[in-house]
Amino acid sequence: MLPEHIREPLIQKIAAAEHPRELVVDVLLALQGHYGHLSDPAMEEAAGLLAMTPLELEELATFYTFLYREPVGRYVIHVCDSLICWMEGAERLGDHIGRRLGIAPGQTTADGLFTLLPVCCIGYCDRAPAILVNGRAHGPLTPESLDRLLEDLRAKAADGPAPGAGPERGTP
Amino acid sequence: MTYPRVLLQNRRPDRIATLEEYRASGGYEALAMVLGVGRTRREVAATLEAAVLLGRGGAAFPTGRKMMSVAEDAPFPRYVICNADEMEPGTFKDRVLIHADPHMLIEGIILAGYAVAATQGIVFIRPEYESAARILEREIGVARAAGYLGPRILGSDYALDIVVHRSGGRYICGEVTAQINALMGRRPNPQQPPPYPTEKGLWGRPTLTNNAETLACLPHIVRHGPEWFKKLSLTPGGAGTKLFCISGRVNRPGCVELPMGVPLREIIETHAGGMAGGGRFKACLPGGASTGFLPAAHYDIPMDLDSLRAVGNRLGTGAIMVFDQDCCLVAATRNLIEFFARESCGWCTPCREGLPYIRDLLTRLENGQGRGEDIPALRRLSRHLWKSYCAFAPGAAAPVESLLDHFADEVQAHITGGGCPFGPQPRTPGPPAAGGA
Ligand SMILES: Cc1cc2nc3c(=O)[nH]c(=O)nc-3n(C[C@H](O)[C@H](O)[C@H](O)COP(=O)(O)O)c2cc1C
Ligand code: SF4
Ligand code: FES
Repeated sequence: MLPEHIREPLIQKIAAAEHPRELVVDVLLALQGHYGHLSDPAMEEAAGLLAMTPLELEELATFYTFLYREPVGRYVIHVCDSLICWMEGAERLGDHIGRRLGIAPGQTTADGLFTLLPVCCIGYCDRAPAILVNGRAHGPLTPESLDRLLEDLRAKAADGPAPGAGPERGTP
Repeated sequence: MTYPRVLLQNRRPDRIATLEEYRASGGYEALAMVLGVGRTRREVAATLEAAVLLGRGGAAFPTGRKMMSVAEDAPFPRYVICNADEMEPGTFKDRVLIHADPHMLIEGIILAGYAVAATQGIVFIRPEYESAARILEREIGVARAAGYLGPRILGSDYALDIVVHRSGGRYICGEVTAQINALMGRRPNPQQPPPYPTEKGLWGRPTLTNNAETLACLPHIVRHGPEWFKKLSLTPGGAGTKLFCISGRVNRPGCVELPMGVPLREIIETHAGGMAGGGRFKACLPGGASTGFLPAAHYDIPMDLDSLRAVGNRLGTGAIMVFDQDCCLVAATRNLIEFFARESCGWCTPCREGLPYIRDLLTRLENGQGRGEDIPALRRLSRHLWKSYCAFAPGAAAPVESLLDHFADEVQAHITGGGCPFGPQPRTPGPPAAGGA
């Protein structure tokens, strides 16, 4: 169950909406932010909040890139592999991350810190090759600047709140 | 060359323009004018029609005409949607626009809303643009506090509010009808018209959708008039300025505002710092991934709708993706088709099945396993894409068909030479060719 301070505002938002369904992605993202991913119980909880069926939510959770039905690490690293990043060395970058973390695309590190995923053009082609870390864009990256970024993330994880406290998002 | 800047006139390197700064540049005067003199909704739409404002989201539909297709006696509530999904590869202008001058967009949404008597505005934004979403939410609050939003805007009887809707992230959500499904919490498959969204859209109500850049033009056209807007264009057929996003093999990738009709050569050599590493311009995609390769023979083409249409191409979103002599366009096309195959919503067969097939053929060609018969097969499959349910698949066909039209030699060289004539290309994302290496 969600803690009150997350659940209560959601219930109020849903009650205030003329069409509660329009909030479905927001609700799913909120649950994902809390639990880390959308487990079966989380899907049922979301369905209950929205008075929708779990199947209706499944249609969405399996459709959207940023909804995770499987466990992910504390930091989800999306490496853009669309045209411009691909031209500017996305492959080398992706390989480099994989080697540093010892995982292949689609996998999560054993310590639960990092998940590596490919993603389509993230709208930062002017900063290619670019990646997202928990939705926040970084680029242009070199193997060196990438190493620094990974180190920063590790350091932050060491003194930050426990995993599951929700991803930080946004790019200045 | 320097040109007047309109949409990015208040752009700063490190922060947004505040409400005061936007107002100092004439911001919200258009809204005050329209509401103050009681200009009718039809007059606003007619002004945009006269200004030849064509949608900047890729389809170039006349904005005024779309507004007029909302009937006077259409039911309420009516909706106005700002499409800031911007998932067309190569495109990042709406991101730049929102980070430069959010109130310009907000005023544009209010004016568009007024033109169709909408009471609810929605900004549909991709999740990668979370910082832009937060900027908009905050500045919408600022606009509300200043009386530009809410009930009785500027003391008139017009009421509108705007919310920001975050997408879960899929390219098809940028397509109007899929976006409406997404907003209603349904799986975002497109919905073929009729009925058109302006008749029955969101929750079955009249809905006007415009691209963010299109909407940002509105305050300026209302304030300065259609003739002024048309004269911004360097070419007589065009109107206004355009936000061009230049990426790929240039020295200074980025988003620049230039007059419609500015020559491609000038964009690359003057405004994007020239070709990277002293390379030679070989081709570009002039308007995002859904447009065709424009070969070097057209290096001097004026970048406007008519000129590109005349050579069988499209201005699309104005996202210019540049290739030099060392880029393999077969491999590039293969990458683009991987994008389309992945992002296909899966609703209709030509798109869902055709794209992986095309990807497979291109992978074989790139790997040197191509055969002569693959070329007509690519042609045939591309034509099937035109029989799809929405405009997504014909967009995907554009790079493939133009590759065969303009770079047949390059494709053939992959077959004859048994490999890529440009040497090893970066590994392409996605599965290897079926039965191949
Ligand atoms: C597959 C697909 C994706 C699209 N993505 C976008 C998008 O991200 N942003 C956008 O403004 N228009 C997009 N469009 C075009 C919209 O359907 C629509 O034409 C546009 O938003 C209307 O606004 P405009 O008339 O101001 O251009 C897309 C179209 C298709 C077929
Ligand atoms: S063309 Fe592609 S994106 Fe459009 S409806 Fe068919 S499967 Fe979906
Ligand atoms: S291609 Fe990578 S951000 Fe656009």
